[in-house]
Amino acid sequence: MDAIRTEALSKHYPIGFWRPRPYVALHPLSLSVGQGEVFGFLGPNGAGKTTTLKLLMQLVFPTSGVAEILGKPVGDPATKRRIGYLPENPYFYDYLSAEELLTYFAGLFGYRAGDRLARAKALLDEVGIGAERRMPLRKYSKGMVQRVGIAQALINEPDVVFFDEPMSGLDPLGRREVRELILRLRSRGCTVFFSSHVLSDAEALCSRVAILAGGRMVAAGALADIRALDARGWDLVVHGLEPNVLEALIRQGRVTRSTDIGAGRYALELPLREEPHVLLSELAPSGVRLISVHPLRDSLEDFFVKQVSAAANDRGLEAR
Amino acid sequence: MRTVAQVAVNVFKESVRDKVLYNLVAFAVLLMAASYLIGQLTAGQDVKIIKDLGLAAIATFGLMIAIFIGIGLVWKEVERRSIYSLLAKPVSRAQFIVGKYCGLVLTLGVNIVVMVVAWYAVLAYMGTANTPGAASATDPAMLEAVALIFVELMLVTAVALFFSTFSSPFLSAGLTLGLWIVGHFNTDLRNFETVVDSPAAAWLARGLYYVLPNFGAFDVKYQVVHQLHVPASYLLSTALYGALYITLLVVAAVTVFSRRDFK
Repeated sequence: MDAIRTEALSKHYPIGFWRPRPYVALHPLSLSVGQGEVFGFLGPNGAGKTTTLKLLMQLVFPTSGVAEILGKPVGDPATKRRIGYLPENPYFYDYLSAEELLTYFAGLFGYRAGDRLARAKALLDEVGIGAERRMPLRKYSKGMVQRVGIAQALINEPDVVFFDEPMSGLDPLGRREVRELILRLRSRGCTVFFSSHVLSDAEALCSRVAILAGGRMVAAGALADIRALDARGWDLVVHGLEPNVLEALIRQGRVTRSTDIGAGRYALELPLREEPHVLLSELAPSGVRLISVHPLRDSLEDFFVKQVSAAANDRGLEAR
Repeated sequence: MRTVAQVAVNVFKESVRDKVLYNLVAFAVLLMAASYLIGQLTAGQDVKIIKDLGLAAIATFGLMIAIFIGIGLVWKEVERRSIYSLLAKPVSRAQFIVGKYCGLVLTLGVNIVVMVVAWYAVLAYMGTANTPGAASATDPAMLEAVALIFVELMLVTAVALFFSTFSSPFLSAGLTLGLWIVGHFNTDLRNFETVVDSPAAAWLARGLYYVLPNFGAFDVKYQVVHQLHVPASYLLSTALYGALYITLLVVAAVTVFSRRDFK
């Protein structure tokens, strides 16, 4: 049984008053996430990530398609007991303290009065909210509210958690802590479905990702596979390369770009067909030394830009 | 049921933290100042005036709470998005609406109890003086009027809650207040045919009479202040009318809210 499954799930919003036309927030989306997986839901702002999460939380209703969590249709009361959700830019009752909020939410899950506070305290420790936990939330910074948001999503020890932009509003230390938290959740067997437009988050955490652009899923699978599709050469840094040899390599097309980075070093770009070890073995006798080598491939940012521009033409208003 | 109670307690907590109960202080000050001033100015009508004033103040303060908190009950949660994390918990939309409603009714109830206690304390104090009407200063029959005021405020709350499930607070306030005013002149609608010739207008007025809440029915202030008997059957039937109307409005609010997309 999948932790999350959607089939042709879509959402249109009518816009306009007199002659409403459908605005396609999400084109039919089919995906499945296995139990225990950390799944990254990536895309730039406005890609449809939050819409998908709202559909999964039944905060909006689908125009078509189905969505299931743990084998049950979304909104199923028994399933709600087993999931956690952090909304994007969360807001909580600001007249409550973090401790009161979590105690309230623990009560909704049927925790006994004595256990509620203990659960709240343990989670606030876990997300790094200290003595300020007794202050009203209206006095919290954005990052602190985000931490409280993560804590409340975990109040029921969920089997599946949905984080909408969990790193938003956090400083670098906070981001690292959240990454560690997600990894801890994974090691407990919890399925984590998180959306992000910050790609390094996904690179550090996810087993698989789906990439959305313009309300459509444009790629899905293991991150390495997706990026490998766009590998286009090699990036080398070498020491001791003579300028005349470099010129010859450029003329032959074996080096496509070179930059003198000082201290006798050059950054070189090789085309994909040019194997670095072959070139280096040829150059080694003349004293050329390898400093570093990386496959040259599109970053996910580049991938986004390409996919977004491709999807832009199809995006948005479509006559029914 | 437990979920509804938890949501309701949270609403009550919000109203306490947002200092809604401060109005009680205003109420107490108003009553005490009035009793002092009236004692200085009038001859013989002190107790009756305080009775009138107390009931009117309870109704007015309660109305303000019912409307101004009621219209924001749902709207605020949706607008600030606090509802997102709540509805992801094992809380259905119906439980949310009913819990919100019960929470505000609880707030109103606590307010009214405290106001009534303060009002009776002032009346008891005035009853010790040798003035006309002093003997019946703390007549328990006045609680009948308070009970109907409470049912009326519960109905106003249900109206405000219903509007707040789909419209902005400004519009909800206008609609609720408008309905409350029209509801107090409801009897005029029933008798509209005596002042107009057009059968269509009379028919429309009669239709509105049946559809709109008859807030005027809850007003027995005059009777209790003048120690006129209000039949128990009237109290009961009016309370039942209120309960039925409230149920319909809450069901309508749940129906509207259950279909809503939170964009």
